[in-house]
Amino acid sequence: MSVEEQVLHYPIPNDAALDPPAEWARLRSTCPVTHVTLPSGDRATLLTRYEDVKQVLADPRFTRQLTAPDAARLSAEGGVFNSEMSQIIPDGGEEHQHWRRLVVKWFTAKRMAAMRPTMTQIAEDLIDDMVKRGAPGDLRADLGFPLPVYVICDMLGVPATDRDRFSYWSDTLLNLTRYSKAETEAAQGAFFQYMSDHVAAKRHRPSDDLLSELIAVGGPEDGGLSDLQILVTGMALLVAGHETTANMIGKMVSMLLADRDRWERLLADRDRWERLLADPSLIRTTVEESLRFDANSGFGLPRYLREETEVSGTVLPRGTTVVCSMAAANRDESTFEAADQMDLTRSPNPHLAFGAGAHSCLGQALARTELQVVLEVLLRKLPTLELAVPVEELERVEGLAVGGLRTVPVRW
Amino acid sequence: MKVTVDEDKCCGAGQCVLLAPEVFDQRDDDGIVNLLDPEPGADRHAAVREAAAVCPAAAIELIE
Repeated sequence: MSVEEQVLHYPIPNDAALDPPAEWARLRSTCPVTHVTLPSGDRATLLTRYEDVKQVLADPRFTRQLTAPDAARLSAEGGVFNSEMSQIIPDGGEEHQHWRRLVVKWFTAKRMAAMRPTMTQIAEDLIDDMVKRGAPGDLRADLGFPLPVYVICDMLGVPATDRDRFSYWSDTLLNLTRYSKAETEAAQGAFFQYMSDHVAAKRHRPSDDLLSELIAVGGPEDGGLSDLQILVTGMALLVAGHETTANMIGKMVSMLLADRDRWERLLADRDRWERLLADPSLIRTTVEESLRFDANSGFGLPRYLREETEVSGTVLPRGTTVVCSMAAANRDESTFEAADQMDLTRSPNPHLAFGAGAHSCLGQALARTELQVVLEVLLRKLPTLELAVPVEELERVEGLAVGGLRTVPVRW
Repeated sequence: MKVTVDEDKCCGAGQCVLLAPEVFDQRDDDGIVNLLDPEPGADRHAAVREAAAVCPAAAIELIE
């Protein structure tokens, strides 16, 4: 077989909704730095080992911006990583740190703790509505999607009633193969216009929200952000603030309700769920383990190498586009004991679900708090929760850079 | 146990505050770590070790 034929297509096709593709283990052990073909047809280098993924993600020399002429395109149809929009928010050095510190103060652990009662109320109301409609419910549409949307809309001061539009715009930004170039361009134009109007309205009539406060800091000369940076920050937070967590809620609950092994499931059905019911103090470590164990987390994170580097003994030349698979790294046996087992007590759990280094997920305290709240409320209100379909029938979201389940049918 | 933090590296993820709120806090104005107790008592060592292990920016150093 020629080298050409050996190049893997990425994302690696996988029919199982919750299980990793068999290639991960082989790649980690024998081919940790491997060539892949992206949906665009462009070539990139895939990393699957924990130490490699962490090293590259945390290296300040490498950029998330894939706008250099020789950078790989993820999708032939456009998307956020290759867009001009990705250049508006500074991607490194002091400028990035400045931007990050202006925004991350809104996502501190203390602020998230203060939002917990509101999140709990939203989760309870959504679950009550789902129960009223009767089983089976769809945990994705009824709870997983609306909860993070309500929360991030409230933080940004945008109306949650526009959530269907946000969802569509967000999908197009995270597009790999689902939408055409014309569709992604039209959606991004409409999203840009919407947020532009929203920021203008906030400037005119400020209220108690993140965007109003960012505007109030002033322009770059006052230590604040430019108008365009505020606008793009708003778009980025709206997309990042709902899509990932919305999907994670459905995947987390599915993983907890479905023990992986068929025999194990016959013998000890709902073992994980029963364990959590018996000991809710495991919620925190369970959320972390769900993040680690998520084999359907999506594309991973790309990096463009502005200079040569070495990874696992392989020299990667300047101009290489690297894809870091955090999900594959999170199953690395050399870092995680019994990595293929979901251990609700695992601690410490230094998983890479939120990335690593200076660009590590800005909203991770928000995501953690939302996931913890959802789990706490579900265990309390619906202790008899179960999947309404066999786990084999769960279907992946396809064609987007973020991984999820199309529906999560449940009964109680 | 002696704890030091690197404010420059800190990315404000808040994991340390969630795990050991008696030892770590985040500043209100920029979300960066604020070390409350550089020599925490033995009952907090496990939580502080976990915070150091999971800090995404590797901004927490321990001397034991």
